[in-house]
Amino acid sequence: MATTTATTATDATDAADAAAVTYAARVEHVSKSFPAPGTSGGRQLVLDDITLDVAPGEFVTLLGASGCGKSTLLNLVAGLDLPSAGSIRTDGRPALTFQEHALFPWLTAGGNIELALRLRGVPKSERRREAERLLDLVRLRGAYGKRVHELSGGMRQRVALARALAQDSRLLLMDEPFAALDAITRDVLHDELTRVWRETGVSVLFVTHNVREAVRLAQRVVLLSSRPGRIARQWTVGLPHPRRIEDTAVAELSVQITEELRGEIRRHGRH
Amino acid sequence: MAGTDNGIAIDKDGAEDLAGLEAGLDALDSVQVGRTPLRETLIRKVVPPVTAVALVLVVWQLLVWAEVAPAYKLASPSDVWGEVREAWLQGTLLDYIWTSVSRGLLGFLLALAIGTPLGLLVARVKFVRAAVGPILSGLQSLPSVAWVPPAVLWLGLNNSMMYAVILLGAVPSIANGLVAGVDQIPPLFLRAGRTLGATGLREAWHIVMPGALPGYLAGLKQGWAFSWRSLMAAEIIASSPDLGVGLGQLLENGRNNSSMPQVFLAIFLILLVGIAVDLLFFSPLERRVLRRRGLLVAR
Ligand SMILES: Nc1ncnc2c1ncn2[C@@H]1O[C@H](COP(=O)(O)OP(=O)(O)O)[C@@H](O)[C@H]1O
Ligand SMILES: [Mg+2]
Repeated sequence: MATTTATTATDATDAADAAAVTYAARVEHVSKSFPAPGTSGGRQLVLDDITLDVAPGEFVTLLGASGCGKSTLLNLVAGLDLPSAGSIRTDGRPALTFQEHALFPWLTAGGNIELALRLRGVPKSERRREAERLLDLVRLRGAYGKRVHELSGGMRQRVALARALAQDSRLLLMDEPFAALDAITRDVLHDELTRVWRETGVSVLFVTHNVREAVRLAQRVVLLSSRPGRIARQWTVGLPHPRRIEDTAVAELSVQITEELRGEIRRHGRH
Repeated sequence: MAGTDNGIAIDKDGAEDLAGLEAGLDALDSVQVGRTPLRETLIRKVVPPVTAVALVLVVWQLLVWAEVAPAYKLASPSDVWGEVREAWLQGTLLDYIWTSVSRGLLGFLLALAIGTPLGLLVARVKFVRAAVGPILSGLQSLPSVAWVPPAVLWLGLNNSMMYAVILLGAVPSIANGLVAGVDQIPPLFLRAGRTLGATGLREAWHIVMPGALPGYLAGLKQGWAFSWRSLMAAEIIASSPDLGVGLGQLLENGRNNSSMPQVFLAIFLILLVGIAVDLLFFSPLERRVLRRRGLLVAR
């Protein structure tokens, strides 16, 4: 298998030990293929023998080139699709956020969160207070009655985060949630997400094609190769939080991972 | 890990920094939505149609003065006005209107109650869509007048027959509008709904119906127009003393009496009801839905 594990820096974390006892998500030998376009009956292997654990409270980023199967894997973990082979177990139903905020435009910011609460079975009398608490958590205290189209891109993603947190899942899946935002807003949201993660103790599986983003956020970076998607390599990131995108340690590891990613992509050019 | 005292202290300072930065970004990037003042709305929305109506009246009166057609063919505005006054003074004007409007509304509500679940089924169940979808689209293009003769034979000359004709005209429009609305829901919303745990009826209620609302409303609007047309057709063709005088019968009576003012009166009232329902009910509703979703572009 192509999986190698390199540990950088000091902190090997206790995540690996904790995973032996329990998990937020356990992906075992998962493969996924789709009917190949243009052929009859042919199949395109998108994910090949993925084995991956996310420990409770762990922050894992899944890194890979566009089209390598990151979203496919996340959808499988979210239960929106079934794997062709292998098994996926999660600790309860995970929450999922998308690259587009996916907030419902017929509801207010608060309404979106209350819908998540309602579908989770939270009684009506508690929903308003809980929605306001969650908006507070993403620092959008005044946004309760705002319509989606009245919010900026960054605010929408924060409401989407609050809505996902409203599901009270043990595991939060995020599919390139900040890819469409400008650099400054994205940087701010990185800090917010880190803070929310540390305050709530939720496990996060965060998909991105941005190496710096992956390193800035994660305790563990998992690099996916392309066609088929396999786990190429993993890095444990022991840098303390809060981190900054311009930290030298973040930059150094990013350079190393980028090299590896380039190598992965170059391999495809050769054959 | 980062849980040292030092780390937390930095974190607090950083947090204040971050909050300030964030507030700045939010303020810079949010959309300000204003409402146009009432006066401006009046000038832009009310004055033009009033001018148009006035112009039509003037041209009409000019044609009458020019005697382009004999008086029994072309009634003058004052003759028609006299007819309105007379009907009003006799107390029958509102009866005519109410007879038809109450039928139309009840029929429309029935069509709503049937068309909505039907549309939802067609939109969401593949087999039903394949089976019923084409028939529904076909029915929509069938002029509902065609249903009057069979309805009379099946049900006789009574109110049920009127309702049957309304239903056959309006149900396909409402169902098709809902199907179109459901098809326009971005798949992302459905996936988001499913991850939130909305499945089955809860998905239909919380995600599909509100997501399809713009298309559904367009279908309702068309459904009402079809209800009203079908009803007028039914009233004109099938008149009977037990049915009371609605606007369709009024029109038909006018023809039988060769009373052009009465014919004009009936046509105006039919038109008026159609416009009024659209203007007072559907248009505001549609605008409200679109505005709340930020889909209404101010022009
Ligand atoms: N439903 C599907 N049917 C067919 N092919 C798919 C489907 N979903 C994804 N794919 C293919 O799988 C590959 C990986 O897609 P995706 O997971 O979206 O990549 P990523 O999120 O890493 O950019 C792509 O080549 C895409 O064409
Ligand atoms: Mg993707």
